[in-house]
Amino acid sequence: MTRTAALSPDGQKVRKDGPSAIGAGRPGFLWAVPAAVFFGLFALVPLIMVAVLSFASWDGLSDPEFAGLDNWRKLLDDPVMIKSLWLSVLLTVLGVAVQTPLSILLGVWAAGHQRNRAVLSAIYFVPMLLSVAAVSVLWRAVLDPNMGVPAQATWLFGDGNLFGKQATAIGVLVFVSTWQFTPLHTLIYQGAARAVPQVLYQAAQIDGAGTVRQFFHITLPQLRNAIITSMILMVVGGLTTFDTVLILTQGGPGSDTTISAYYMYQKAFKSFDYGGASAIALLLVLVSTIISLIVVRLSGYDKMRSTMEGL
Amino acid sequence: MRKSRPNYLAGFGSLVWLLVVGLPLYVMLVATFQTRPDHAANGPLSFPEHFTLDNYIDDLNSGFAQYFLNTVIVTVCVVGIVLLLVPPLAYTIVRSRGRATTTVFRLFLLGLAIPSQAVIVPMFFVISEAGLYDNLIGVILPTAAFAMPVCALILTGVMRDITPDLYEAMTMDGASPRRVFFQLVLPLSRSGISTIVVFSALQAWNGFLFPLVLTQSAETKVITLGLYDFQTEHGVNTPGLLAAVVLSMLPILIVYLFARRALVQGLMGVGGK
Repeated sequence: MTRTAALSPDGQKVRKDGPSAIGAGRPGFLWAVPAAVFFGLFALVPLIMVAVLSFASWDGLSDPEFAGLDNWRKLLDDPVMIKSLWLSVLLTVLGVAVQTPLSILLGVWAAGHQRNRAVLSAIYFVPMLLSVAAVSVLWRAVLDPNMGVPAQATWLFGDGNLFGKQATAIGVLVFVSTWQFTPLHTLIYQGAARAVPQVLYQAAQIDGAGTVRQFFHITLPQLRNAIITSMILMVVGGLTTFDTVLILTQGGPGSDTTISAYYMYQKAFKSFDYGGASAIALLLVLVSTIISLIVVRLSGYDKMRSTMEGL
Repeated sequence: MRKSRPNYLAGFGSLVWLLVVGLPLYVMLVATFQTRPDHAANGPLSFPEHFTLDNYIDDLNSGFAQYFLNTVIVTVCVVGIVLLLVPPLAYTIVRSRGRATTTVFRLFLLGLAIPSQAVIVPMFFVISEAGLYDNLIGVILPTAAFAMPVCALILTGVMRDITPDLYEAMTMDGASPRRVFFQLVLPLSRSGISTIVVFSALQAWNGFLFPLVLTQSAETKVITLGLYDFQTEHGVNTPGLLAAVVLSMLPILIVYLFARRALVQGLMGVGGK
C-alpha cells in the first residue's frame, strides 16, 4: 500500500497571481453549492414529496387529494404490510448476523501479506462487481427447481424446490445477499485491519498475548469505525432489498417473502396506490435513518473521532 | 507480518469460501458454452460436450448490443457528473471551517441512508413531468445523485490524509483556494478520484431500479433490465440467459483487471481510519 499523502506537489511553484490571491486560503461554502443543489434536487426534494404524498390519496391520473392519516391507518390494518415489516427486519437481522462475522474474519485474514492471499482475494471480490440483477438471475438459474443444482442433489435439498416454502425462500434470499455483499464488507475490514498500528501487536506479543487474545483485544476494538460503516450499509441494504426479491421469489410463495420495499413497489406500480406506497417509502427512510443516526451518534463518527488516540 | 507460522484453520476457511464464490461462476460458464439440449440432458454441473458460442451470438443479435450501448452512455454520463461535482464538495468539507459545510456533510451522510426505492414514486412523476420518461437522461440524473454520497465519503477520506503542512505552505505563499485545489488537492487525491470513477461507474453499470421504473422501450433498455426481461420471457433457455449474464459482467471484469488497485484502495478507505 503506497501512501500518496507523504508526497509533495511536484516542483516549486512560481507565484503568478497577484494580491487577489490573498485570503484565508480556505474554500468558501460556494464550492459545495453545485453538488449540494444537484443532490438536493434529485434526492432530497423527492424525499420531501414522498412525505407529502404519504398523506394524500392519489392514483397518478386525477389530482392528488389530501387524505390525512388514511394511508397510515390502512397500512396498520393491512396484514400483508405488518408481515412485510417483520420480514424486512428478519432479512436485515439475518443478513447482519451472517455477514458481519464472516466479513470480519475474511477481512482480517485477507489483510495478511502472503502471496496466495492476494490471488484469493482477487477472486473473492468478483461478486461485488456484479449487478444485483445479474447475481439474482444467475442464482435463479443455478437453483432452478427443474434444471438447477438442487434438482440434481435431492438428497440435500428435499424436493429440490427452494422457492416453494417460506423458510427455504428466505434462506435463498439471505444466502444470495451474503454471496454478493460479503466481499464489499470484507474489503472494508481488510482496509481497516491493515491500518491497525503494528506497534500494538508488538506490545501484545511482548506481553505474551496469543493470536486469539490479540484479535479480541486489539483488532476488534481498532475495527470500530469499520464495523459501524459496514453495519450501516448492511442495515440500509437489508431494509431496501428489492431487485433480489423481484427476480428470485417475486415476493412468493404467496406473500411469504414480500418485504416492505417490494410491497411498496407493488403498491405503486401494480395497484397504482401512490399514497400508500409513499407512506411505506417514508417509513423505510425513517427506520433506516434512525438506525444510521443511532449508530453514528453512539460512535461519534460524524466528529471523525480517531481510533489513534493515545498512540 | 505478524505471524510467520501459517494459520491452517483460516486457510481452510478461505478455501471453503472460495468454493462458495467459485461454484456458481463455474456452473454459469459451463452452461453458456453448451447447446440447450445438452444442458437440459446433462444437468448444470456437466462440462460442455459440444462447445458452442451460439448462446452469445444469439444474445447479441437479439438486442443486447443495443442494451450495451445504452448502459455505456448512462455510465459515462454518470461518471462525468460525479467527477464534476464531488471533488469540489469533498475539498470544501475537508478545508472549510463554516457551519454550513458541516451541515452539508451531514446531509450527505444522511444521503447514505436514503434508499433509491424511497424516492422512486415521486421520481417517476418528476421525470415524467420533465418529459424525460423513457429517456436515458431521466435515468442518468437520479443515478448520479444517488452515487454522490458514497463518492463524497470516499474522497473526503482521501483528502483528509493530505498533511496540513502542505496547505499551510501554499496558503503562506498567498495561494487562492482555487490554486490550492488545482495544484495541491487534485494531484494528491488522484487515487481517490480514480476510486470514485470506478465506484460510480459500477453503480451506473449495475443500476436496476431507476431504469426499471423510468424506461420502457427497447431503445432505452439497459443491460440489467435486458437480463430481467430475458428471464421473465425466456427463463427456460438457461444457457442463453447465463450467456447474457456473462456478457453483462465482461466489461466490469476487464476494468477490474486493470483498475483493481483504485477500487480496492478506495473501498478500504471507507472503513475509516
